[in-house]
Amino acid sequence: MKADPKAVDTGIHFIDGNEACAEGAIAAGCRFVSGYPITPSTEIVEHLAKRFPKIGGLFIQMEDEIASSIAFQGAIWGGQKSMSVSSGPGISLQMEHVGLAAMTETPCVFVNVQRGGPSTGLPTLPAQQDVMQARWGSHGDYEVIALAPNSPQECFNRIITAFDYSEKYRAPVFFLMDECVGHMLGKVKIPPADQIELVERKMTTRKPGEYLPYRIYDGDVPEMTRAGLGHNVHITGLTHDERGYPAMNAETQDVLVRRLCNKILHHVDEISIYDASQVEGSDVTVISYGMTARVAAYAVETARGQGIKVGNVRLVTLWPFNDKLIRDIVDNSKAIIVAEMNLGQMVHEVERAARDKVPVHLLGNAGGAIIPPEAFIAKIKEVVS
Amino acid sequence: MSDAPRNPVEKLLRTERMPHIWCPGCGIGTSVNCFARAIEQADIPYDKLHVVSGIGCSGRVAGYVNVDSFHTTHGRAIAFATGLSLSRPSAKVVVYSGDGDLFAIGGNHFIHAARRNIDMTVICINNFTYGMTGGQVTPTTPLTAKASTSPYGNFEDSFNLPNLAEACGAVYVARWTIYHVRQLTRAMTKALSTKGFSFLEVLAPCPTLYQRRNKLGDGVAMVQFFKDHSTIKNGASTSEVGLGFQSDMIVGEFVDRQRPTFMDNYNARMKEVLGDSFVPFEGIK
Ligand code: SF4
Repeated sequence: MKADPKAVDTGIHFIDGNEACAEGAIAAGCRFVSGYPITPSTEIVEHLAKRFPKIGGLFIQMEDEIASSIAFQGAIWGGQKSMSVSSGPGISLQMEHVGLAAMTETPCVFVNVQRGGPSTGLPTLPAQQDVMQARWGSHGDYEVIALAPNSPQECFNRIITAFDYSEKYRAPVFFLMDECVGHMLGKVKIPPADQIELVERKMTTRKPGEYLPYRIYDGDVPEMTRAGLGHNVHITGLTHDERGYPAMNAETQDVLVRRLCNKILHHVDEISIYDASQVEGSDVTVISYGMTARVAAYAVETARGQGIKVGNVRLVTLWPFNDKLIRDIVDNSKAIIVAEMNLGQMVHEVERAARDKVPVHLLGNAGGAIIPPEAFIAKIKEVVS
Repeated sequence: MSDAPRNPVEKLLRTERMPHIWCPGCGIGTSVNCFARAIEQADIPYDKLHVVSGIGCSGRVAGYVNVDSFHTTHGRAIAFATGLSLSRPSAKVVVYSGDGDLFAIGGNHFIHAARRNIDMTVICINNFTYGMTGGQVTPTTPLTAKASTSPYGNFEDSFNLPNLAEACGAVYVARWTIYHVRQLTRAMTKALSTKGFSFLEVLAPCPTLYQRRNKLGDGVAMVQFFKDHSTIKNGASTSEVGLGFQSDMIVGEFVDRQRPTFMDNYNARMKEVLGDSFVPFEGIK
């Protein structure tokens, strides 16, 4: 399926990451957004409030973040492609509905332009402290997908990927921006609509009476329906059988929750996006993502110029975590530095996957500022010496 | 045995899910019976009717009606229904839930959906308590009534729901009890045929928890109480219909007015400001 030429703003633009995210969502076919103002994500919904009335979309500013995190799920069950947009405390409030989306297999995107926390924290300053929240923030066992863009262009490109993944796996997808990437101005090339390929929702073609909303007919993701097609489905956040009916027992829970996790865990290779360079034979490899990866690229280049063998890996997909990638790094590099604007979140995943085979170091901070290149270079030198 | 439905309301029910979870004497089932008849009378095709519930005993209604139905999170049925209603403009969206779900945890969504005049019908089964969790106090528990979390009697003032709904902008507001099945069915029919935000308060017995704790007898006793202590007063000022503990109650149709809906206002405004560059949001037909 191609993007809609009437909506895509084809051309070269000089815009920030937030606006690029909004334009990417439009290109992806998103026509309904519910949001609530919160720094530093607000420009995304402001832009959509301006753009949507001209392209047949609808933005609604809900009464709070909780409402905005479920109103859009109502719209999705009405047939829309949709996302909700928030930051910091707003994302904390929305967590219950991440769980609802996981449980009901609602294809949806949660945009989180990260700021410093906990609590009200640093509304206008960047952080990458919500990485574990994205993974574990709602109660219960479930899996999400999370992508971290590092430029305005990537905000455009990867929000489309986020929508594609949400449709393909029928799961909540986090778009984990940060304040720097959201407010960074840059050149964004928006291609013509016919060059933007989109993953279509896997709608059932089965007739009422021959369709069960949570039966697996093929693959590991059920076919979707929407309200009004005559299927008369029941969709619940309770543990349910393949008819969608509540079933309060451990057996149904086991079948359902394992499937919800496995439909993502069995596709890590397809979901995982990353860049890697010069890992083989390196004395140390830097792993980073989002804004931090931009600084890492510069610092690694500088260190290489000084004759240090440094590998560089940038994660775009944060969840599901790609253990195999880490094992490859461990086999090819003598040490690992994980750089992130937090006091250590992804580093735990890397340590787990590295299984003590090489030392894993954290280069982090408590949020509020990017990690400067000098700190990278100093850390690289400290680790290799 | 013939395939013909045995009961006129059976068509609307997921009979394969019976028996339902509700206690003997509970009022929720009676209201669903009225609802099924109202849908027939309002002549709404089932694929143009979507039912959304929150959490609680009344929140289970969505699971028993044989239409596209959504059992959402606690308190958030109206917020979900807002998105659903906007994206399905040709359908009628009904939120069916209880007093605790709609007016404690969900109160914020109620007032804003009414203010925006989102096209939906909200049916509140008001049995003055949280049934599912064991009979705790709610924003509608009358003063002095006992609940598991107000063991010495409730000391908080309660909401007057029709008054709240009117003040927030609902275009149609009515209150009936489970005794008034005909009037309730008619009011549901009317609400379903009304464009905009309509609200129905249904006073219902909860013999298992609310009544047992307050020594108010069984379900039948409560229906008898409703019969003996209610006065029909259509058009009554909603400021006069507040409820006390086992007080007399005014029932009837209180508000019936017209206001442009959220989408009416949106379309008018955008057309005015953007002219021909406005592309209306069509939703999915
Ligand atoms: S606990 Fe009360 S409200 Fe719940 S089903 Fe029983 S009687 Fe009805």
